[in-house]
Amino acid sequence: MIELRQVTITYPDAVRPALSGVNLRVPEGELCLVVGTTGSGKSTLLRAINGLVPHFSGGRLEGVVSVGGRSTAEFPPRELADVVGFVGQDPDATFVTDVVEDELAYVLENLAVPPVAMRRRVEEVLDLLDLAPLRHRPIATLSGGQRQRVAIGAVLAAAPRVLVLDEPTSSLDPAAAEEVLSAIARLVHDIGMTVLVAEHRLERVVHLADRVVWLPGDGRLVHGEPAEVLHRVPTVPPVVALGRLAGWSPLPLSVRDARRAASQLRERLASYAPAPNVLPGRSAAPRIQALGVRAGYGPTEVLHGVSLSVEPHEVVAIMGRNGAGKSTFLRLLAGLQSPRKGTVRVDGIDPVAATAATLVRHVGFVPQDAAVLLAASSVADELAAVDREAGTAAGTARGVLDGLVAGIGDEHHPNDLSEGQRLALALAVVLTPAPPVVLLDEPTRGLDYDGKRHLVTALRQLARDGHAVVLATHDVELVAELADRVVVLADGEVIADGPTSEVVRHSRVFAPQVARIMDPEPFLTVAEVARALELVP
Amino acid sequence: MTRPLHPLAWWLWGGLLAAAAVRTSNIALLGVIIAVAAWVVVSCRTDAPWSRAFGGFLRMGLVVIVIRVVVQMLFGQRLPGHVLFTLPSVELPSWMAGVTMGGPVTVEDLVMAFGQGLRLAAILACVGAANSLANPWRLLRCVPSALYETGVAVGVALTFAPRLSTSVSEVREARRLRGRATSGVAGMRGIAVPVLEGALDRSVALAASMDARGYGRHGDLPVVRRRVSVACTLVGLTALAIGVYGVLDTGAPSALGLPAAGVGAGLVTAGMVLGSRSARTRYRPDPWRSVEWVVSLAGAAALVGFVIAGRVDPSAMHPTSHPLSWPTVPLSALVGLAIALVPSVVAAPASVATPLARVATVER
Repeated sequence: MIELRQVTITYPDAVRPALSGVNLRVPEGELCLVVGTTGSGKSTLLRAINGLVPHFSGGRLEGVVSVGGRSTAEFPPRELADVVGFVGQDPDATFVTDVVEDELAYVLENLAVPPVAMRRRVEEVLDLLDLAPLRHRPIATLSGGQRQRVAIGAVLAAAPRVLVLDEPTSSLDPAAAEEVLSAIARLVHDIGMTVLVAEHRLERVVHLADRVVWLPGDGRLVHGEPAEVLHRVPTVPPVVALGRLAGWSPLPLSVRDARRAASQLRERLASYAPAPNVLPGRSAAPRIQALGVRAGYGPTEVLHGVSLSVEPHEVVAIMGRNGAGKSTFLRLLAGLQSPRKGTVRVDGIDPVAATAATLVRHVGFVPQDAAVLLAASSVADELAAVDREAGTAAGTARGVLDGLVAGIGDEHHPNDLSEGQRLALALAVVLTPAPPVVLLDEPTRGLDYDGKRHLVTALRQLARDGHAVVLATHDVELVAELADRVVVLADGEVIADGPTSEVVRHSRVFAPQVARIMDPEPFLTVAEVARALELVP
Repeated sequence: MTRPLHPLAWWLWGGLLAAAAVRTSNIALLGVIIAVAAWVVVSCRTDAPWSRAFGGFLRMGLVVIVIRVVVQMLFGQRLPGHVLFTLPSVELPSWMAGVTMGGPVTVEDLVMAFGQGLRLAAILACVGAANSLANPWRLLRCVPSALYETGVAVGVALTFAPRLSTSVSEVREARRLRGRATSGVAGMRGIAVPVLEGALDRSVALAASMDARGYGRHGDLPVVRRRVSVACTLVGLTALAIGVYGVLDTGAPSALGLPAAGVGAGLVTAGMVLGSRSARTRYRPDPWRSVEWVVSLAGAAALVGFVIAGRVDPSAMHPTSHPLSWPTVPLSALVGLAIALVPSVVAAPASVATPLARVATVER
């Protein structure tokens, strides 16, 4: 169905080709998962399938990319619309109309499908992706998962034989991601559609894949059976890491397979009791104190009386589905919004009343899109500006950055950094004035496993140094590795607040993979299991 | 009714009502026109974001009236009448046209200025009503296929404006998080640059998505024919606009009105026929059924009523303010406006409360 023969793609001004001499054959009806770190050429590969590379983005294509028998060298993307459906990273940036139904019909109008057939196809897509109840809704009022399904439906209406998805779940909460992934699985199993999907959070899709394509980052491409390829990939989801640790063969890819293989391991570790997670006692001067906070936008109230206090040295994760009020709560703590009722004290001050220049010395906030914090045109300029504004000695910011992630060159433009490097730079910008409170909103969005590991190390260090760290996140694996305490928000209220292991382990939605495999034994991460294996004979 | 009305029906209704407003300076009639527009909006509007536009248009009308009255007080021609108060007067030198500023302000002057301002306000109310009742997206879908590309550009712009305002507030917040100024020259520059960068990035992503979904496929329509079709449609629309202006403005040369409108309509039709074989189809086009006819004819009735009243009783349509007199209301104009209320009954969305209940909710 998809065939790449000796494909080399070189962007103008690039030192080396993004892909060099790559061969790949994806037969009809396969779900093919593309993995690799940021900047390894995942997007390039996906966009080459429907001709956006090189027709739209520029660059030089050597070799042959052919889809359903059509070569992308001869057919531009618009002439391939009936063969390949392409869904980009940010669904919001791709909508042309304002209502769900019209968005689905857009491609059919362009393909000049007769009105009667068009009506039928739109109805089919509505059913296929479970969008029928939303058909007349304005797209702006939909949730993240619903929008992503509309974006998929908008290309599916043309009945393409290949669907290409670039990180379809990176900004979704676990439930919404599940919703999108099950829609994709249905397309593969029921219709026999060929799907190529890139995804950072492998744990969500790897069990659905028939084939894994790994881009090591040097322009090569490795592909094959999932279990076989994942043996070689350096960073893998927890289920695979646990399988490697325990030496299971074949390597399990789903929680179900791993759980069946793990019975012996569970028995062996039954006698081991990990040290209980002790939270610091409540002190007289918590770093963050919120009391009965109510807040909202316009007529809707998002938070209905939330109270929380956070001590120094504590890492608190706020979880909950999209729209539960996580971001709003962080905005209150960061002084971007004032509460309607209740009080907020962060490091002893009222964050809304403080001037911007004072506030940065008390609380640092990294918003969802960390890039908005960066304004300069090079890393060096950015760091110099921070030192100047914070009144710290020249080079302080550089030191903070190197402490987080080493080796980010001075001359780079922030836009050219990888997602993880950009996050580190934003974090350095926020940390240089040394605020005792650090807030992060969804920090692992678009971050690969490497970037995530660096982030965990950096935030752990901050907590050891006495910072209070609060993060809002959907990423259960991150929470398992990082957080001391988890607060779950639902519908604007705190429904759970306690040590991570207690809150997360028995949850159907929030339990990390290792907890699901090891239940009832109290383990959350692969590292904990590894430590226990050393202690238990 | 359960389906939304064809957007052109609302624009016809609003346009014809505005055309009626142009034909009078009778304060009472203009007030009734504004009331009719408001009543129909309250009865027929939905919860869509654009349906809040009407209030804005009313406020704009109020501003127009105030400006008109103030200008009259400062620069108006002085005719004898009941002096209300006297402003200090300044005689401008003769090389500046010798206009007098200030001086005595009479009740008659103010009433006349108020009437003229109210006429503009009434026109604004009619346009505002059409704006808040017709779905702008569906209106764009009615553009002739020759102008399809332009329509898409306008549609994209429609989503662009609200996104731009969100991204401005995002960048402002980011600057606050960095401890930087969000106002002043430095603040403005620091905000404008990233906002424009973001807008550019989004536009590129949108273009990629449109390209991947077949936008810009050219079917079997020959290039020459497509260009002729576009030219016909554009020239035709211009001629149509000039013609409508000629018909509405009683002071315009008589050769301008109907002939230009006729030629324009002909050219637009020709353009649509020539372009009809273009390589696109349309999903669920809005039907034009009896309700659409009723709504547009209701607007036409108002205009006809005003035209008849203008023939029968010109002095009532343009009552003199020197000397002041109570405006009398011609019956035919009033009947026309009563018929213009019909949409509030036939085109009200199904599942909503009666107009009175809606008024009550709005006030609460």
